[in-house]
Amino acid sequence: MDPIQKKILHEVADLDALPVGAYNIRANGKSAARNSTANIEIVTKEDKSGIDIIIKPNTVNESVHIPVIISETGLTELVYNDFYIGENSDVVIIAGCGIHNCGNGDSAHNGIHTFYVGKNAKVKYVEKHYGEGEGRGKRLMNPTTVIHLEDGAKMEMQASQIAGIDDTLRNTKAYLGNDAKLEINESVMTTGVQNAVSEFTADLNGENCSCNIVSRTVAKDSSTQHFTSRLNGNNVCSGHTECDSIIMDKASVLATPELQANSTEASLIHEAAIGKIAGEQLIKLMTLGLTEKQAEEQIISGFLK
Amino acid sequence: MLELQNVSYEIDGKTILKDINLKIDDHFVAVTGPNGSGKSTLAKIIAGILQPTSGKIFLDGEDITELSITDRANKGISYAFQQPVRFKGLTVKDLMRLSAGKETPYSTLCEMLNEVGLQSKNYINRSLDASLSGGELKRIEIAMIFARSSKLSLFDEPEAGIDLWSFQKLIGIFEKMVEQTKGNVIIISHQERILNIADKIIYLKDGTIAQYDVREKILPQLLDSITAD
Ligand SMILES: Nc1ncnc2c1ncn2[C@@H]1O[C@H](COP(=O)(O)OP(=O)(O)OP(=O)(O)O)[C@@H](O)[C@H]1O
Ligand SMILES: [Mg+2]
Repeated sequence: MDPIQKKILHEVADLDALPVGAYNIRANGKSAARNSTANIEIVTKEDKSGIDIIIKPNTVNESVHIPVIISETGLTELVYNDFYIGENSDVVIIAGCGIHNCGNGDSAHNGIHTFYVGKNAKVKYVEKHYGEGEGRGKRLMNPTTVIHLEDGAKMEMQASQIAGIDDTLRNTKAYLGNDAKLEINESVMTTGVQNAVSEFTADLNGENCSCNIVSRTVAKDSSTQHFTSRLNGNNVCSGHTECDSIIMDKASVLATPELQANSTEASLIHEAAIGKIAGEQLIKLMTLGLTEKQAEEQIISGFLK
Repeated sequence: MLELQNVSYEIDGKTILKDINLKIDDHFVAVTGPNGSGKSTLAKIIAGILQPTSGKIFLDGEDITELSITDRANKGISYAFQQPVRFKGLTVKDLMRLSAGKETPYSTLCEMLNEVGLQSKNYINRSLDASLSGGELKRIEIAMIFARSSKLSLFDEPEAGIDLWSFQKLIGIFEKMVEQTKGNVIIISHQERILNIADKIIYLKDGTIAQYDVREKILPQLLDSITAD
C-alpha cells in the first residue's frame, strides 16, 4: 500500500497496521487484504461485486474491519456487502470509505450494505466517509444501508462524513422486529458547493420495538443538504428522530420529517432545528480569549463529535 | 486596576447607564442594587460584550474602550455570566481546557471542578447542554473563571441557584482567587453573605452609582433601608 492509501486508511478506519480480527481491505476496486476468523467468515460474492460477512451465532467481543480506499481518479464502483449476524452475537463492524482524487475524472463509491441481524444479537456499526485530493474530478459517495433486525436484535450505527465528499446520497432503510432496537447517529459537514442528501426510513413493525435517529449537520459556504427521516409506526412501538443543523454563509438546509402511525399504540416524535451558531455561544468562548473564528471552530467540532 | 470614566449606555432611546465614574482597586468589590438597575449591563461593558455609548474604560491605565471581547479576555478580564450559556456537544472538559489553557493537566481540571462542589468524575465528560441543572451549570461557569485565574474576575450573581450548603465553599473560592491572582474580584450580588466579605460595595440605582464606599459604611445603611420598607 502506498503512503496516500495508508493515510486514507488512517482517516477512515483509524488503522495504521492490519487490524486484529476479521477484515477485508478494498483498494481501487480489488481486495487488498483479507482475514477470516474461526467465527467470522468473509467470502467473495460470485454473482456481483462485493462480499458476504458471515458471523456465527454467539460470537461475542469480535470485530470486523472493512475499509474501502480509492486513490485512482475516474474509478466508479458499485459494491454489495451483506452481513449475516448470528443469534446472540455481540460484534463491532467498522466500515469506512476514503477517496483521494487528484485527477480530473470523477471517483465514486456506491456501497450497498445489508445487515441481517439475528435474534438478540447486538451490532455496533461505525462508518466514516472522507475525501481529499486537489484534482478537478469529483469525489462521490452513495451509501445504501438496509437493516433487518430480528426479534430482540439491537443495532447502533454511527455514520460520519466530515470532509471532502462532493456529492452524497445516503439511503438508510430499517425493518424492526419485536423488541428490536435501533440507534443511529449521523454527523455531516458540507463545505464549498457540496451537496448531501440523506434519507432514513424505519418500519417499526414489531411489538415494543424502538428507534432513535439523530442527525447533526453543519452546512458551510454554498453547500446544500436535504434530510428526510420517515418513521412508520405499525405496532406498539416508539420512534424518535432529531435533525439539528448549523447553517452558515450561503448554505441551504432542508429538513423533511415524515411520521406515519398505523397503530394507536405507536408513539412517534420528530424534532428539527436549523439555525446559525448562537451568538451567546460565540461570545462566551470569546470571553475565554478565543477569536470569533476559533470560537466557531470549537462550537462546530463539539457539535459534530 | 479598573477605571470607568463618564460611561453611559443607551439603547432604543433609553438610558441604561448614566455617566458612570468608577475606580476599582480593592480586591473584593460587590455590586448590588435593584433588579434592572444596570448591574449586568455594567459587567458586559467591562467585558466588551456591549460598547458604551460614551465614556472610556481603562485597565491598569491602558485605554481598553476599543478592544474586542477576545483582546480584553487576553488582557486578563473574565466574566461569569448571570445566565450561563449551554452548548450542544462541547463538554465540561472542553470548556475547562479552553479556560485553563491547553497545557493544564487533566487532574488540575478535575480538582477545580471538585472545588466548586461537582464530583469531577460525574461531570467532566458531560455535555454542557440542556441536561445539566441550573445550579450545576452555574457552578461550572464559576469553575471556568476560577480556571482562568485572571487579574480581573467579574461574577454576575454567582450565588443564584447555588444551594445553601455550598455557599460557604463558594465564598472560599472567591477568597482563594484573590489570594492566587492578587487581582480584583467583582461580584454582583443580592446576598448579604457575599456583601459581608466585600472590601467595598457599589450600590447601583437607575443606572447611576448611588453609593460606593467601604462595606462598614454602606452595609448597615442598606440593611436599614430594607427593614424600613
Ligand atoms: N437590549 C435591551 N433593550 C432594552 N432594554 C434593555 C436591553 N438590555 C437591557 N435593558 C434594560 O436595562 C436595564 C438594566 O438591565 P440589567 O440586566 O443590567 O439589570 P440588572 O441590574 O443586572 O438586573 P437583575 O438584578 O435583574 O439581574 C433593565 O431595565 C433592562 O430591561
Ligand atoms: Mg443582572
